[in-house]
Amino acid sequence: MNNGTGSTSSFIWHLHPRTLPESTLRFNHTFGLGGMALLLFVVQIFSGVLLRFVYQASPAEAYHSILLLQNEMLFGQFIRNIHYWSGSFLVMIVFLHLFRVYFSGAFYSPRQLNWLLGLLLLFLTVLSNFTGYLLPWDQRAYWATTISTGMLEYIPLLGPWLREWLIGGEEIGGQAMLNFYTLHTAIFPFLIIFVMSFHFWRVRKAGGVVVPSDLSEKENAFVPAVPNLVVRELAVALVLLAVLFMTAALFNAPLQAMANPALSPNPTKAAWYFMGLQELLLHFHPLLAASALPLAVSLGLVLLPYLNYPKQPQGIWFVSDKGRQMAWVAVLCAVIVTPLYIVANAWLPDVQNFIAVDPIVAGGVVPAIVLLLSLSGFYYGLKKRFKATLNETVQALFVLITVIFLILTITGIWFRGADMQLVWPWQIP
Amino acid sequence: MKKKNSINSSQDKLIARRGFLTRLWQGLGVFAAFEFTGLSLAFLFSGRRKHVSGKAHYIECGAVNDFKANSAIPFRSGLFYLCRLDDGGFLALSLHCTHLGCSVAWRSERNQFLCPCHASAFDLQGNVINPPATRALDLFPVIIEGKTVKVDISRKIRRKRFKKSQVTYV
Repeated sequence: MNNGTGSTSSFIWHLHPRTLPESTLRFNHTFGLGGMALLLFVVQIFSGVLLRFVYQASPAEAYHSILLLQNEMLFGQFIRNIHYWSGSFLVMIVFLHLFRVYFSGAFYSPRQLNWLLGLLLLFLTVLSNFTGYLLPWDQRAYWATTISTGMLEYIPLLGPWLREWLIGGEEIGGQAMLNFYTLHTAIFPFLIIFVMSFHFWRVRKAGGVVVPSDLSEKENAFVPAVPNLVVRELAVALVLLAVLFMTAALFNAPLQAMANPALSPNPTKAAWYFMGLQELLLHFHPLLAASALPLAVSLGLVLLPYLNYPKQPQGIWFVSDKGRQMAWVAVLCAVIVTPLYIVANAWLPDVQNFIAVDPIVAGGVVPAIVLLLSLSGFYYGLKKRFKATLNETVQALFVLITVIFLILTITGIWFRGADMQLVWPWQIP
Repeated sequence: MKKKNSINSSQDKLIARRGFLTRLWQGLGVFAAFEFTGLSLAFLFSGRRKHVSGKAHYIECGAVNDFKANSAIPFRSGLFYLCRLDDGGFLALSLHCTHLGCSVAWRSERNQFLCPCHASAFDLQGNVINPPATRALDLFPVIIEGKTVKVDISRKIRRKRFKKSQVTYV
């Protein structure tokens, strides 16, 4: 490759640094997750534009246009599968990217603003996927969207208004579909492109991806980006595309019977990335599960890079060995306590059968207090036991909450059958 | 010396004027941005309530005697259950769960409505007998004309719990 005189290579030069530390080239330094997200976003745009030539956004037409797409059009099913799977992959990759950035300490100054931009991109990605979920207008789409938008009702003051504005009426119908279609195919992609450009620019401004701060001079030697970085990116991109196309060729995107507003299937489940929330809603009052807890977690994520950390271990996985041990303790706690709680909640009789308490007290205030007490018990217990710094204790808390949410999600997807009873995965209809 | 001062002050004036004009443009820009935002919001909200006509829309359910006591009959086109209570009174319950809006199913063997999404349960009067739902099923007004039961599906009534006054008797 010549040194940046051709237009192709000058484009590559523009997106990349000219040289970069050799240590950051290792795959397990970043796992290439940001690049994968970009590639999947591009795939989404291409496959989405193709789908737009066939899809008709109205309750009467939508389902039939999907059938037409799948049954009559050459590669129709395949293109829908690619769009479906790359959308799901994108949500997963973006979450993994968040974890990579957090656990490798790539959010300290000067990357704090970029952490926020990343959160915004995560939010937009989930919303994009969510607004696309309704569009096929089958039973799965209709009821998943009904319960997800139903969660909005419980946001104090704004909730009911927000819900009605989003779906344009009391129930999901033609207006909701049009709203979602516009958000999904115009507004969110545009916002994502905008924020994403900002995100990339901030990475360049911070001097590229995070460099481990404990490297020797020799390990930190700089090498040219072309070809060292570019071939690695190409390799990751090709493998990802191969996996995506294989998945799309082997597994069809689901399509159930046409939406019937009078009949929810049993069980009715939200999109997989909302199943943790849905599981939470089984246990707690909606004011706590759908409003207070998500708000607290989002606020925590926003504040994460702005806490007063005693050290800034940039590019060092899990802060330190102590941090790693504490993270394992957190995983252990979550893995033991969460399933126990879920099973106990299913088998023990409800408190309200014995004493008459307001549901908001029984399912909201009491659990909130218990939760707060056990989280602070965990936090201070760990802090004292390990004589840990703020970096390490906050990280342990982060791991604890993440693993709890992961277990809730897994339970919701694979362990809830008819009437939302606990079952084994193979018993789910 | 004096002359230099006057040049300075006239330059200051110039800068002050330029600054003022810049501010003015910025201010106008912000104003225009607000205007366009307002315009867009007004546009988006104007169509919101067009589907609510305010006129009653009755669905004829059938003769009073067709409904047995202690029963719940679904009218899927109207999205409600017509319930006849022990004492012969009628209630029209929305079939959408008050928790997140899934449609509840009447399980006659258990004498309750069960929601497939989060396992909320309601009794024949629509009261919550198992959370996570927090309030009773919504109502539609029922009237009885002669021997015919009719339900007005244009008006959904939210309520906390069942009250005797919500029941329509023959």
